[in-house]
Amino acid sequence: MAAIQAKPTRMELSNLKKRKTVAVRGHKMMKDKRDELVRRFIIFARRNRELREEVERKLTLAMKSFVLARASMSNAEIEEALLYPARAASVETGSESVLSIPVPKLKLETQEGFTYPYGYATTSAELDGAVQQLAEVLPLMLELAEIEKSCSRLADEIEKTRRRVNALEYVMIPQFTETIRSIQMKLEENDRQSTTRLMKTKEMLQQQS
Amino acid sequence: MAKMGVIGDKDSVMLFKAVGLDVFFETEGDKANRRLHRLAREGYAVVFVTEPLYEACAETIAEYAAEAYPAIIPIPDNQGVQGIGMQALKQNVEKAVGVDILFNN
Repeated sequence: MAAIQAKPTRMELSNLKKRKTVAVRGHKMMKDKRDELVRRFIIFARRNRELREEVERKLTLAMKSFVLARASMSNAEIEEALLYPARAASVETGSESVLSIPVPKLKLETQEGFTYPYGYATTSAELDGAVQQLAEVLPLMLELAEIEKSCSRLADEIEKTRRRVNALEYVMIPQFTETIRSIQMKLEENDRQSTTRLMKTKEMLQQQS
Repeated sequence: MAKMGVIGDKDSVMLFKAVGLDVFFETEGDKANRRLHRLAREGYAVVFVTEPLYEACAETIAEYAAEAYPAIIPIPDNQGVQGIGMQALKQNVEKAVGVDILFNN
């Protein structure tokens, strides 16, 4: 590992030593953060998988019923029933902090009672079924959205943290160690040089007198 | 109080209108992209996108991945599940842990 170019002075040495202790402490903390993030991520990922399987299954069912409903009603009737603006569903958004990473928190605004947004005169029972099924999946879909977003944010953060840990462990810290060593050796060499010079001068002075 | 949106082809997502979500009919990737940007600007918290469009909008979705909102979530369309949502989850797991620990057991 190439050492950083630094002047071999005591000042530089003490600066480097300080930077190294900071790097070591940072490395330890980053490592702990990474481990904890991975632990939480795995919990999220498991839940994400379960939810996604459930949502996909139920949604497919709802869509199948809808296809049946379409078959039993005319296009115009379906559009008339569905495209009429129903009461809008909305979500309350918040955010939660997982190890200081903001992840979304969603809450469905509950509507009191479930009502069909259309009259029963021209619609078929299949359509009712499809709408009912969809209304049941909706809360799950929201939870899925929340978990999936959290998952992807955690994954990003884990990647970043891991890169930092590696940079500290394999680049920064060895670099500091190497530079500190080389400066120490230079300083010692200088010391020896001046001692020999002194000894030599002393010898010469003694011979003269 | 944020809104929820759904983007997809008409046959698949019309039903979502009945439960009160804002539905946008798109079948082309470009238009869906533009629609996504617009919904993000308008402050939608969740946008569900059908799997074929999710694939077409991958770049836009990656852009918003770093932000808390909107959450863009793939859903199956009336052709059934194509596994794109699971694929995304798998990629996340691989990115975070290095190996796929959820699906190979």
